Amino acid sequence: MKNICFYFQIHQPFRLKRYRFFNIGRDHYYFDDYANEEILQQITARSYIPANRMLLDLVNQYKGKFKVTFSISGVALEQMEIFAPEVIDGFRELAKTGHVEFLAETYAHSLSSLFDPEEFRNQVQQHAQRIEMLFGIKPTVVRNTELIYSDEIAEMVYDMGYTRMITEGAKHVLGWKSPNYVYQAATRPEMKLLLKNSRFSDDITYRFSNYSWNEYPLTAEKFISWIAATPPDEELINLFMNYETLGNLQPAHTGIFEFFKALPRFAIENGIGFTTPGEALDSHEAIGTMLVPNTISWSDEERDVSAWLGNKLQQSALKSLYEVGERVRLCTDRRLKQDWIYLQSSDHFYYMSTKHFGTGQSQFSPYMSPYDAFNNYMNVLSDFIARVRAQYPDTVDNEELNALLTTIHNQEMEIKRLQLELKTVIGSNEDLLVAKGKSQKAEKEK
Amino acid sequence: MFGWEFPPHILGGLGTASYGLTRGMAQQEDMEITFVIPKPWGDEDQSFLKIIGANNTPIVWHDINWERAQARLEKFMDPKDYFQLRDHIYADFSYMHTNDLGCLEFSGRYPNNILEETNNYSIVAGVIARSYAFDIIHAHDWLTYPAGLHAKSVTGKPLVIHVHATEFDRSRGKPNPIVYNIEKDGMDNCDHIVCVSDLTRKTVIENYHQPYWKVTTVHNAVDPLSPEIDGIERQSGVSEKVVTFLGRITMQKGPEFFVDAATQVIRKTDHIRFVMAGSGDMMDQMIRLVADRGIAHKFHFTGFLRGKQVYEMLKSSDVYVMPSVSEPFGISPLEAMQCGVPSIISYQSGCSEILHNVIKTDYWDVDAMADAIYSICTYPAMAEHLKKEGKIEVDNIKWEDAGLKIRHIYDSLM
Repeated sequence: MKNICFYFQIHQPFRLKRYRFFNIGRDHYYFDDYANEEILQQITARSYIPANRMLLDLVNQYKGKFKVTFSISGVALEQMEIFAPEVIDGFRELAKTGHVEFLAETYAHSLSSLFDPEEFRNQVQQHAQRIEMLFGIKPTVVRNTELIYSDEIAEMVYDMGYTRMITEGAKHVLGWKSPNYVYQAATRPEMKLLLKNSRFSDDITYRFSNYSWNEYPLTAEKFISWIAATPPDEELINLFMNYETLGNLQPAHTGIFEFFKALPRFAIENGIGFTTPGEALDSHEAIGTMLVPNTISWSDEERDVSAWLGNKLQQSALKSLYEVGERVRLCTDRRLKQDWIYLQSSDHFYYMSTKHFGTGQSQFSPYMSPYDAFNNYMNVLSDFIARVRAQYPDTVDNEELNALLTTIHNQEMEIKRLQLELKTVIGSNEDLLVAKGKSQKAEKEK
Repeated sequence: MFGWEFPPHILGGLGTASYGLTRGMAQQEDMEITFVIPKPWGDEDQSFLKIIGANNTPIVWHDINWERAQARLEKFMDPKDYFQLRDHIYADFSYMHTNDLGCLEFSGRYPNNILEETNNYSIVAGVIARSYAFDIIHAHDWLTYPAGLHAKSVTGKPLVIHVHATEFDRSRGKPNPIVYNIEKDGMDNCDHIVCVSDLTRKTVIENYHQPYWKVTTVHNAVDPLSPEIDGIERQSGVSEKVVTFLGRITMQKGPEFFVDAATQVIRKTDHIRFVMAGSGDMMDQMIRLVADRGIAHKFHFTGFLRGKQVYEMLKSSDVYVMPSVSEPFGISPLEAMQCGVPSIISYQSGCSEILHNVIKTDYWDVDAMADAIYSICTYPAMAEHLKKEGKIEVDNIKWEDAGLKIRHIYDSLM
């Protein structure tokens, strides 16, 4: 039986405010609260709320035959908690139905998997905890930021204790193979992979309302008939997309919500079911190995990481950021740690991309140009690094510092232990004194 | 073509643009260009076009023999042309002050009696227009519009006028009515108007009331650097980064905004120096301003730079800033980029319409400008990226392409 596996990505970065170099050292708040709130509320109203409502109706209506999966970044969750808590409630309700899965990812929607393995591990852990705390479901499948994947990353994720991942079915990696099966990682055969079906996903995400597309208009009936026409032993159709596709990228007037409402009906009529990544990976064996020595992602025609790492600006900004990673992890200042997470969101680096000059600069960027984005980010980062340096003297290197911190920590424990001992000694002495006093008193009385 | 300047003897950007454009157009095989300037010096490059000096064109008939003409004019043009021109004198100008060849004198500069000189230029244009066969008349800037109109009325050939700057740019919104009238007359009666940027095009449409379909933008380009200039080494003797303003120190170029930005940066850092190169009527005022702000220890003036000195200055700079208040095109950031210098330009410059790998700010946004200067001088990736990508970008802006666009306009008029 064929199954459709829907997964929606939700992410919103903490956008930075205009931060000039004269602010460095004086102003330690970096975020544009107004823009963040405005954008989040706009998307909430257009997309998240109506989409949540629709999906909940569908799950209830089809009594478990319709299933969806979400991957919500930690920074997006934090923004929703502040600006739109009703969205979180919506996800909670969906979670309660028992037919919804949540994926693990990097907390900050960061590129840490490419630069800082320890940070990567921490963030995936932090994110999984957060999801479990909010929705009561422990994620078992990992989806890295923007579906970034390589053999090396598979190994890192395996070492964290996960054996299931999601990535892009990039054509240059798959070649003649179909993305509609389960694969295994080349370096870790135990690691099972689910691949995005780009053609069907993009039909909805990009082409749905395109008048010049020869298949316009796309109806649920037509779409399901395409899926039904795939070879019978290809059992998994993985449709991965941005949640904003519903209502924002494809506005409500394009009929996207009606399209989704009609999908389960036609699917069930054609004997096609719905599944979640966890279930799909459990019920299917890997049929082949995927060898990915060079990093892939779901972005652009090239399906590589050049959107975030394509030019010198991006490379240098990322390098400066992750150079202080180890030091930040030694710090205990909570605000510093929070800023550290927010500054890692991949979006900051995406805004610096010069790949699309002329052909409509990224529509998501709040900046006039990539140089503007770099400039602003570097000013913020300079201030942040200065704050990190201020925590501990620069002359001490990380290893030494770590040793010193351990010593301090151990000594603290030792002091506590000794204090406790002292207390008991004093206590017993007091008892002795009291007893002695009592006996003396008794003797006197005699 | 009627122009006013032609390299190597140039006074402003008009000469450079005329040369680049004609050279780019000459690459089209079926293009023959005759270029009229008031006063050739004899050392102009005539390999791809023919230059006629207005001061070598007779308007009064004198009995001159071949030897005499050759002796006097060989440096400038073929003596045959002199006789051909002499055959087409169309009226009696013997009341005018002419020399022994029957020619008028021209300064070829921008003298105080510029209106008289443009009028004389137009008289000469009448002779030239009658002497040669051509298909199109092309006039560069207002000084040559009357000449272009004259040639058009004599021959009936279509006239294209090329707007390198308008009186509104030169006077910051307070145009001289005589000049404005000459410009407006030219625009009203020509067949097509070419502007060097959308900014200028907008001025022409709004302030000269031209219909939008008659006005086309053809952005300027830049000639590749000669190997001699390319080989100039950095000469700066200071360890600090050098930020340069290079141009006439006049109201139009916004030098005070550069000083303001410099003040912000110098107060906060100690690894950046500023240079204001060039001269102009606001120079003394700027020197006083710098002293007032107390930043004179890091702010230098070079005075007027000529020829190679300009490139030596650029090659020794780390950042080039052009905070122009109103710049029809502004070719100098392109030259800075050719030298591998990251540039900051104002949105109010025409060249910002075609450049991507530069930093753009509003001329009045001193904070943004200071921030950009700081960023380029502090984050090496920024400087390197701008340097490399900027050079690649500017190397692809070619006069040849501008020439093709002009050709397209010609074809539509013929």
